[in-house]
Amino acid sequence: MTITLTVNGQEKVHMITPGAMLVDVLRSAGYTEVKKGCDTGSCGVCTVLLDGLPILSCSYLAAKADGHEITTIRGLEKEAAEFSEFLVGEGADQCGFCSPGLALTVMAMKKELKAPSDEEIKHYLAGNLCRCSGYEGQLRAIKKYLEACRG
Amino acid sequence: MDKHFNEVGKARPKIDGKGLVTGRPAYTDDLACGDALVVKIIRSPHAHARIVSVDMSDAQKVSGFVLALSSKDVKRIPFTRAGQGHPEPSPHDKFILDEYVRYVGDEVAIVAAIDEESAAEAARLVKVEYEVLDAVLDFEEAMDNPTVIHPEPEIHDMFPIGFEPKRNIAAAYAMEIGDVEKVLEASEVRIKASYHTQAQAHVALEPHTAYTYLDLHGRLNVITSTQNPFHTRRLLGQALDMPLRNIRIQKPRIGGGFGAKQHLHVEPYAALVTLKTGKPAKVVLSRKEVFEATFSRHQMRIDVGIGATRDGHIRAIDMHVLSNTGAYGEHALTVFMVGGSKTLPLYNKVEAVRFGGQIVYTNKVPAGAYRGYGAIQGNFALESAIDELAAKLGMDPVELRKKNMIAEGQTSEVFKIMGEGGEGVEMIVESCKLDYCVKRGCRLIDWLPSRLAYEVAPGRIRAKGMAIAMQGSGIPLIDMGSANLELQDDGFFKLHMGATDLGTGSDTILAQIAAEELGVDSDDIIVYASDTDHTPYDVGAYASSTTYVSGNAVIRAAQNMKKELCAAAAAKFSVDTDQVEFDGKELRTKDGSRTITLKELSFDVLYHDGLNMKTINASGSFSGEKSPPPYMAGFVEVEIDVETGKVDVLDYVAVVDCGTPINPQLARIQVEGGLLQGIGMALYEDVQYTENGHLRTNNLMHYKIPSREDVKKLTVEFAESYEPSGPFGAKSVGEIGIDTPLAAIANAIYNATGARIRELPLTPPKVLAAIREAAQS
Repeated sequence: MTITLTVNGQEKVHMITPGAMLVDVLRSAGYTEVKKGCDTGSCGVCTVLLDGLPILSCSYLAAKADGHEITTIRGLEKEAAEFSEFLVGEGADQCGFCSPGLALTVMAMKKELKAPSDEEIKHYLAGNLCRCSGYEGQLRAIKKYLEACRG
Repeated sequence: MDKHFNEVGKARPKIDGKGLVTGRPAYTDDLACGDALVVKIIRSPHAHARIVSVDMSDAQKVSGFVLALSSKDVKRIPFTRAGQGHPEPSPHDKFILDEYVRYVGDEVAIVAAIDEESAAEAARLVKVEYEVLDAVLDFEEAMDNPTVIHPEPEIHDMFPIGFEPKRNIAAAYAMEIGDVEKVLEASEVRIKASYHTQAQAHVALEPHTAYTYLDLHGRLNVITSTQNPFHTRRLLGQALDMPLRNIRIQKPRIGGGFGAKQHLHVEPYAALVTLKTGKPAKVVLSRKEVFEATFSRHQMRIDVGIGATRDGHIRAIDMHVLSNTGAYGEHALTVFMVGGSKTLPLYNKVEAVRFGGQIVYTNKVPAGAYRGYGAIQGNFALESAIDELAAKLGMDPVELRKKNMIAEGQTSEVFKIMGEGGEGVEMIVESCKLDYCVKRGCRLIDWLPSRLAYEVAPGRIRAKGMAIAMQGSGIPLIDMGSANLELQDDGFFKLHMGATDLGTGSDTILAQIAAEELGVDSDDIIVYASDTDHTPYDVGAYASSTTYVSGNAVIRAAQNMKKELCAAAAAKFSVDTDQVEFDGKELRTKDGSRTITLKELSFDVLYHDGLNMKTINASGSFSGEKSPPPYMAGFVEVEIDVETGKVDVLDYVAVVDCGTPINPQLARIQVEGGLLQGIGMALYEDVQYTENGHLRTNNLMHYKIPSREDVKKLTVEFAESYEPSGPFGAKSVGEIGIDTPLAAIANAIYNATGARIRELPLTPPKVLAAIREAAQS
């Protein structure tokens, strides 16, 4: 079957098998910034924005995304670059495999939550696992980033 | 001690950080070409079986099918998948494909097809007939079990490691200093207890992946998510019976390792398909496969005996270990030995010490290297037992440790006797700020021996516990690293090294070390690492070795480069080399009469000097004659719900002596990340099986790793310390963070409730049962 996806502003028709997951369709279309980590919607590395909201593309049927707008981290290159300054500033970008998914979720959180507390930040990002950092460095980076965005 | 560093000790951002956050293609599967054949591995559904037949006829009908291979199509060569030095201390007991399968997930056959869907379909249609055999699942019943897991005649060890496959023993070891029985007997106070540590899964977020192709010379190129490209080349050559010159291994970015990627799990299968078809191929494991068919931490039972005087002088330590290596003996002996060699020297004032035991085969997921590598298991047992001794003596556990622990300028006989797989090396500990770490940790956690536990609400107790730990910095006289530097026009340097950055930031750290020694900015060092064709040899990233071993190699390369630069300038100035100085920017004669900038020199030697033009390069190699241990004191504050047995970690205080932290931010994250993996293992991470040997925890919904909501607070500080043998005073920091949480949390639970739990993980049902039992007795 075919579906139409608008990925990072570019509309394209994709040939898919009916059961294909969105992550596989995106990766084989060259959007390798979308990572695949657990196959069960548990780790968050496959996060993309669907019409602006974070979803887990490894457990999202590609067919369901037909006609929708997908944003990967490369669609938010400027924001991601700004965020990366804070993450690398804390040394919290370790293996980097979770970073694109985390960055996208942080972008979504920034829109959704006003001045979130530490607990709210942790709760919003709870589905984005990281095995390298121990999370504390990420939290320090996220808080500094949100602070800087508020000016 | 030179404290005036320009690059060392600075929080330089990780050089690949921005690219990774913004999602540039970086990992193996991102780099695989679109037409790479997709390889799927058919895996055993039985814990132990003989393969009677493999029928590929239906699979071959799938459109897109390219190739299927079973053991009959592959040369039968025993090898080890463990990335370790040569000769390997692991038995050669694995075949790429075998007639027997020894655990659920073991490789049976492979298929390759033009895309994911047809490969998956073909794999599903491979029909395998098995003769199911009795399985050995309980490691305490493995030794001399009527079921022999490895009866095959070709398997062997590379040197004596106590290998007795007929008894299901992969390796065995024993050592004794003094007469332990006698000293224990003569001790006024004795402790004897048995501790159990569970298997733990690494859960690096990138699943194991390899991509292979033949280049225009017909050489096998392997892009793989590996921690040790050179060991991978050697082992792959062995397994495929290929000369090493025909293999090139490249490591791109790797999505976490922690020891998981110190092994060959995927490379042989992609390589086989490429060699047979001439086409590019890739293997990307699913998360289920990562759990079921790679490695986990060795499960252990550790029996500890301690003898002490009434006033708390520890006289003897006896440690007997039974370790479960699962279906294959990878890292069997070495992980086991580290259980003693990286714990026993902590208490170096003993009169007698004994360490020994067996590493047994079972029909379970094989065990392999995992951060902490035996030390974490040994630490849980020893540091729990030390607290048990303190309780028996009625002493503050901190005071007991202060009285007995190792200090700067001291040694331990254990260093010489036990290495990793053989003898160790004598070593005086030239940097050890453990005393400071303990003192500072007490202050940060507010340690009051009389108030280690108090009720904060009915049924909710807050309590503190602690443990100390040591690790090493590389494996002395066995592991080696090298680096090459080359001057480029415009005055910057290429740094080529075999060291393998697995996300820790070692490329950045090693560039800082090179820049410091050369006196230039780290921006002027361009790093290229981990490609067996283009970078010099390095053992790879394991055993806490990169900063210490590879870092020392980088320093030597930089020292040699300075000599070469001075020699080139001296030739220009027509003076002796020792008359020229280099400050990172300029080369000048000592009398100041002649100067040339590095930039000018770089253009001169490459463009302007006619017959004298040349490439200026320098290299350096390093292998350690010692393995200076980093030390840590870990203190925890927990809150225990005595109604449910749930334990929350409120704060974990880590005071670490890793010598000079070359990059403090990256060092801190190493400790924080290690702590959380340790806390996960202490509280809930547990590799569980069904009764017939199927892995129950084969996905991230059932195998729980800590999420960010599980972290309340981690407090990490570094002691001021300087290791004379390390690069700019550095020791290692990669593993030390993971070691203490197990015992510290168990000790805190004891301090809160009087319940001593000797079996990990400390799950609510176990804690609750222990509390009830303690209340009754």
